[in-house]
Amino acid sequence: MPSERRIIFQHIDEPGYTNDLACYQRHGGYEILKKAVLRKPEELIDEVKKSGLRGRGGAGFPCGVKWGLVDRKSGKPIYLIVNADESEPGTFKDRYIMHQDPHQLIEGTMISCFANNVKQAYIYIRGEMPHGARILEKAIAEARAANFVGKNILGTSYSCDIFVHRGAGAYICGEETGLIESLEGKRANPRIKPPYFPAVLGLYQCPTIVNNVETLCHVKYIAEHGGEAYARIGTPGNTGTRIFCVSGHVQRPGYYEFEAGKITMGQLLNEVCGGPLPGRKFKAVIPGGSSAKIMRFGERYKGKRKVGAEMVDYDWGVEDVPMDFDSLAMIGTMGGSGGVIVMDDTVNMVEALANINAFYSHESCGQCTPCREGALWMKKITTRMVHGAARTEDAALLKSVADQIPGRTICAFGEACSWPTQSFIAKFGDEFKNYAETKKTAKPAETALI
Amino acid sequence: MNLKPETLKSIDEVITHYPSKRSATLPLLHLIQEDVGFIPEEAIPWIAAKLEIQPINVYEVVTFYPMFRRQPIGRRHIKVCRTLSCALMGGYKTCAAFEREFNTHRGEVSADGEVTIDFVECLASCGTAPVVLIDDDLHEKVDLAKAKQLSDQIKKEAASRR
Ligand SMILES: Cc1cc2nc3c(=O)[nH]c(=O)nc-3n(C[C@H](O)[C@H](O)[C@H](O)COP(=O)(O)O)c2cc1C
Ligand code: SF4
Ligand code: FES
Repeated sequence: MPSERRIIFQHIDEPGYTNDLACYQRHGGYEILKKAVLRKPEELIDEVKKSGLRGRGGAGFPCGVKWGLVDRKSGKPIYLIVNADESEPGTFKDRYIMHQDPHQLIEGTMISCFANNVKQAYIYIRGEMPHGARILEKAIAEARAANFVGKNILGTSYSCDIFVHRGAGAYICGEETGLIESLEGKRANPRIKPPYFPAVLGLYQCPTIVNNVETLCHVKYIAEHGGEAYARIGTPGNTGTRIFCVSGHVQRPGYYEFEAGKITMGQLLNEVCGGPLPGRKFKAVIPGGSSAKIMRFGERYKGKRKVGAEMVDYDWGVEDVPMDFDSLAMIGTMGGSGGVIVMDDTVNMVEALANINAFYSHESCGQCTPCREGALWMKKITTRMVHGAARTEDAALLKSVADQIPGRTICAFGEACSWPTQSFIAKFGDEFKNYAETKKTAKPAETALI
Repeated sequence: MNLKPETLKSIDEVITHYPSKRSATLPLLHLIQEDVGFIPEEAIPWIAAKLEIQPINVYEVVTFYPMFRRQPIGRRHIKVCRTLSCALMGGYKTCAAFEREFNTHRGEVSADGEVTIDFVECLASCGTAPVVLIDDDLHEKVDLAKAKQLSDQIKKEAASRR
């Protein structure tokens, strides 16, 4: 069993650690920024490229590649936006960074801004974190007063400011182009790519970098230790640490930071989180936020995978899957935002899906017909199954609705809202077909999910 | 619009954060809602004039974002997380407990005007489910006993005001 390796959550929940500048500086805070502003920006970008850092917001896109795509010839200002919308169900890591260690984020942001010649950054924080917004504002003011943010940072010719911008309760603001629209003061209707790649036509039609809170904290670590040293943490292709946010039916839910790919799902749930609740058995787990396809305990994943230069066979149960982007993608789901939602044998999958579908139906921005209508109908059907009459043919109907959404929408919400239904039906189809019978005989669930 | 002087000051300050005034739409709506308690009808043309945009531009924003409300609510706003991780740990029961305590339903203002209870989606604290946001404060692991305790506290504060 590997042990936790906390590089981002080093000080989270540490007794006596406070979120003010003095405490941060007692722990070496802003020393890395001081060194960074004396280097060439391109060098810092190179370190991030060498590190192999992949974005922690959900898609796992390589951060160095993203920075490399930024249009630097347009003559327009370059913006950086910190995606602090944290709203993918099951995800709760950025919250702790912002509330308990805000200066870590600000230092990471300033290093990233300097590397990319950004003069103005915004932190887009979800509306339901008013204390988080105030903490960040206070931290930025402290950093500005100490000349780590603002004009002529640390006596150099480089200037850059940060402002906090609050959302107002819409999940789609987490999608980067929806976020940009929202920051421009509009409805958060995502933009179509092409042409609206943020790196070229982002905020105010200027080149824009959107990175997740945690990603920017990793950048700070990379600036300190170098890209190569960072790349030795974790596994090739999945470098650094990952923060797993475990919720639902385990003995010890919470956040745990491990080297990427060095821990399996079984180790995480059974050893780190203490296994199932007394007298229960694990039934299913969603490994990377509620959009990720569900895994069913007892199923096997088989195929060939690359280990070093060789192709080797693998035959895994849920417990054997290494927790990294590539392994989870290989078995047909995703590492996403690191939100691991666990369900035990007391849960009926129709009811769990009805809960998830209610979320997506509520959160669709409504621009694309397949998403707006599809998400609504998936919710209506699953809710009816639970609260009204369920029919055997509902399973096929649900699948047909879900199958008509992905690939036909402006943003990846289309995929996000259809994957749960597709995967629940694929893996628990019988439970859906038999639900009418189940309701006749089984006593109603003790814990309502919809 | 009858806004507090400090609200007006914050409004003028926040507009300077953006190269385009329109970007201040959400911040202005937040400031006005904090001051007034909701977004009154006259706020829409007022913000539009302030930011040199059309009233429809403000209106479409107010109607898009769930946090903006267009009528007054109870003195305390109890938002119970409805999403999966919280539901698995009893979030629906927690919500029902608050409804019973204040003899009201989700989405309504209680008869005494003290509370409004709402379901909201995932609050990014799923590891301490079920969670409840009361005004600005997050409460974790709100089981039935804790729901009762929080309700009693709100009732006590209400009584001391009378
Ligand atoms: C529907 C949807 C919701 C998203 N929500 C979030 C979110 O809450 N936080 C986040 O950081 N990224 C979210 N993303 C991913 C962002 O679009 C974007 O990829 C990310 O912020 C990039 O940062 P990274 O490269 O550092 O991961 C979401 C994407 C989609 C499609
Ligand atoms: S896929 Fe859904 S959320 Fe995304 S733009 Fe279309 S309607 Fe909006
Ligand atoms: S599901 Fe309730 S906080 Fe995430």
